[in-house]
Amino acid sequence: MKSLLAGILGAISLAALASTASAETSLTIATVNNGDMIRMQGLTEDFTKNNPDIKLEWVTLEENVLREKVTTDIATKGGQFDVLTIGTYEVPIWGKKGWLVPLTQVDDPADLLPAIAGGLTVDGKLMASPFYGESSMVMYRTDLVEAAGEKMPDAPTWADIKRIADKITNKDKEIYGVCLRGKAGWGENMAFLTATSNSFGARWFDENWKPQFDQKEWKDTLDFYLELMKADGPPGASSNGFNENLALFNAGKCGMWIDATVAASFVTNPKDSKVADKVGFALAPDNGLGKRGNWLWAWSLAIPAGTQKEDAAQKFINWATSKHYTELVAGKEGWANVPPGTRTSLYANPEYAKVPFAKMTLDSINSADPTKPTVKPVPYVGVQFVAIPEFAGIATTVGQIFSAALAGEKTADEALAEAQDVTTREMTKAGYIK
Amino acid sequence: MATQQTRSIGRIAVAPSVIALFLWMIVPLAMTIWFSFLRYNLLDPNPACSLMTPGALMDAANRCMAGTTNYYYFLTDPAFFKAMRNSLLLVFWVLVISVAGGTLLALLLDQAIYGRNLVRLMVIAPFFVMPTVSALVWKNMMMHPVQGFLAWITKSMGLGAIDWFAHYPMTAIVIMVSWQWLPFATLIILTALQSFDEEQKEAAQMDGTPPFSFFWYMIVPHLARPVTVVILIETIFLLNVFAEIYVSGSGGRAGNLPFLVYQYGLISNDIGGASAGGIIAVILANIVAFFLMRMIGKNLEA
Amino acid sequence: MARAVPIRRKLIFTALAWGLGFVIFFPVLWTVLTSFKTEGEAVSIPPTFLFFDWTLENYAVVQERSDYVKFAMNSVYLALGSTLLALLIAIPAAWAMAFAPGKRTKDLLMWMLSTKMMPPVGALIPLYLIFRDLKLLDSHIGIILVLMLLNLPIIIWMLYTYFKEIPGEILEASRMDGASIGKELIYVLAPMAIPGIASTILLNIILAWNESFWTLTLTTKDAAPLTQFIASYSSPEGLFWAKLSAASTMAIAPILVLGWFAQKQLVRGLTFGAVK
Repeated sequence: MKSLLAGILGAISLAALASTASAETSLTIATVNNGDMIRMQGLTEDFTKNNPDIKLEWVTLEENVLREKVTTDIATKGGQFDVLTIGTYEVPIWGKKGWLVPLTQVDDPADLLPAIAGGLTVDGKLMASPFYGESSMVMYRTDLVEAAGEKMPDAPTWADIKRIADKITNKDKEIYGVCLRGKAGWGENMAFLTATSNSFGARWFDENWKPQFDQKEWKDTLDFYLELMKADGPPGASSNGFNENLALFNAGKCGMWIDATVAASFVTNPKDSKVADKVGFALAPDNGLGKRGNWLWAWSLAIPAGTQKEDAAQKFINWATSKHYTELVAGKEGWANVPPGTRTSLYANPEYAKVPFAKMTLDSINSADPTKPTVKPVPYVGVQFVAIPEFAGIATTVGQIFSAALAGEKTADEALAEAQDVTTREMTKAGYIK
Repeated sequence: MATQQTRSIGRIAVAPSVIALFLWMIVPLAMTIWFSFLRYNLLDPNPACSLMTPGALMDAANRCMAGTTNYYYFLTDPAFFKAMRNSLLLVFWVLVISVAGGTLLALLLDQAIYGRNLVRLMVIAPFFVMPTVSALVWKNMMMHPVQGFLAWITKSMGLGAIDWFAHYPMTAIVIMVSWQWLPFATLIILTALQSFDEEQKEAAQMDGTPPFSFFWYMIVPHLARPVTVVILIETIFLLNVFAEIYVSGSGGRAGNLPFLVYQYGLISNDIGGASAGGIIAVILANIVAFFLMRMIGKNLEA
Repeated sequence: MARAVPIRRKLIFTALAWGLGFVIFFPVLWTVLTSFKTEGEAVSIPPTFLFFDWTLENYAVVQERSDYVKFAMNSVYLALGSTLLALLIAIPAAWAMAFAPGKRTKDLLMWMLSTKMMPPVGALIPLYLIFRDLKLLDSHIGIILVLMLLNLPIIIWMLYTYFKEIPGEILEASRMDGASIGKELIYVLAPMAIPGIASTILLNIILAWNESFWTLTLTTKDAAPLTQFIASYSSPEGLFWAKLSAASTMAIAPILVLGWFAQKQLVRGLTFGAVK
């Protein structure tokens, strides 16, 4: 018993010692556990062979946990990370606070897609380099649409979607016309609903930061969404997020799915999808008001201010978001697996044009403008979010309210009234509304 | 029975634990109370109100003091009463299920049965699973109305599928959490049962005591203490259930107090508000513990 | 010795116990089965049980992608370290409270339990700041201390309960026989308390193993245990059920093995006959 204890304490101190001794620079990289990042980890050898004095240590976590850890660490200057993977929501906020180091060694910054680079630039300086970008689009079952006697236009309207969904839905056979996000969360159902509301002419706040849930446009949005899901959505929709809908679509249960463009590579992969060869793509729907219902997001690499290893971090970010990296992935795993949505040169590449969803993805990304996301003017930037720190909290609560409405716990009008109350309360508390 | 000598040795024996726990309790508690009176948001554009430099906080204290606003906002939050109610409901139901179920299972496992070791391991297994994983498994693989196992069973019987998380989120959470804690109760009660004097059991059998009286008059008092311990320990853990609610995304309707504190702290980044919420949760827990001790505390020292 | 149990009664109870055990164990079994399916198969409707294409690819991916051994060893250090460290000060404390109780013992016990009342989220920033300043972030010793303090009240409570089961007369008898307190602890108390101590150790190792809030918050890479390993497989953008099941199976496996071996300790009842 005693020797066991001594052995354990000994081992612990040995491990502690071992971790402090190292002659090379070691970079701690915080990243999300999405497929493209995992792929990047598998390719680190390409980086380390050209930079033998830099060691890469990966901390891979799911998105919510990662965001909390990184936010806590950077706000308290804990110094645990040297490179961060953050999104287009955090970059403007953190950049303004001076928490990020401007990037100096990015490979050909002019090549970055303007819509995305714009979201990552603060005061004219690029604060983060995009690793992959996404928008949203319609993915549909070519066979089911055909069987319903319909044809999906490249740029459908919401009316088209409803009509086609109604025809496809066959609840006895467990085929549902459209699968949409319903799970509560600012990045889950609210991302989808906010982007959709843009296409209905709605906005979160007017120029005086007054919440707009009591306006006609939001009522139209929510009414349409609830009716569509009631008629043509799958059961359990109120707890379905991206992954749940992906599972449904791959199992052949959905006629259409409107979600992130990155899903395209999953639904067309014959290994995971039962319907891989029957998928078509279309732009996110609109109502003819000038804005489509798609969103814009980019996971980007940034350097926290206060890191001791800035130079190594800059080198790493250069490698990870460079054209060379794209070619590396294409060589090893094919063009369909290249991180999408960051560079104009990628889309000009004829090899990449052969990938079935490449063009639709590019068109979707280009049609989203975070600096002017809505039909009516707004005091904020962000297509499917509002780039203020308070948004995450407010949208989480509103997301819960709307998810409850989807579950049938309240009517659309009740939900909108509640959302209006909650948002007004929080914005007053935060000082936006005087 | 305890002599003077044993009593003073007793005090020394308890001292290290008491000191360690005291430090562990007092330092974070003091800081949390301090924060609860500050206007402190992690993303606050006003650097003086965040703790970037140790000195800055002290001299900026007046600018950052929030008085009782954090408490006010937390208590008047429309989600507060529901969260508190859910906290108490969750504790109550999981206690009932795990103690009743645990006792029955322990009695069963105490009997002579074939392959007892294996069955015991199967019954204890749920406690080994990480709460986040168990939440994901229950939500998507068991309870999902389209692809879940339970749905498959009910559909095969022609009963349609229940959308647990849409219509009965609290029930779903109670089921998940009870499943995780049933083994804990079972294990403690079983170990206590096995310390029950064999001779007394034999004597009762030879006297021809009917099984139910035997259970009621002999076993139950013997179990009083372990069951009390199970109730008190589980209450403390259950008041702080978080992972299951968070992972299953039912925080909106089945959210309890810790979840609300989490929303304030890590989603809205309002550390002042979260600290106030934490203090309120501690007060609530103390009230619950006080009443519990009044009701069953005497069993501890019987 | 006990009378022979009639076979019929034994069979009925066996059936009942196995039935209930299976129902309770089912979700765990399901997770293990899913770990052998492909991702597409894992979410198939209707769900498949045993007749699917069994594959080891998930385990291969998990092995390749993460350093399971590092995470597992960290979990072992943290769980064992914190439990044993806690036992060192808990056993004397529980002994004192069980056999030399004062007026305040019950209050003391309740106070100890009350240190666990704060929702961890509420104390996140204070503790993070303390760890930052003491340079304990991502260190083994830091987390061991935290886990020890988290579980100390539970350990003391459980030991107290088991010690209380032991009749005081036996200890008195040994004292009257001239044994010192030390000898009393080691030769008389310990053997009778073994099942209790064993189940306390087992339960607390599990609690430490599965503690996901502080282990995720206060560690980054060096001290990261299996909870972080699991968090890296959970809910990415894309199907992940089969891989998560494989990761979970790998995370539970050590504990299941431990539980199996610890059972022998739990089975031994107290043998009062021998002592009397």
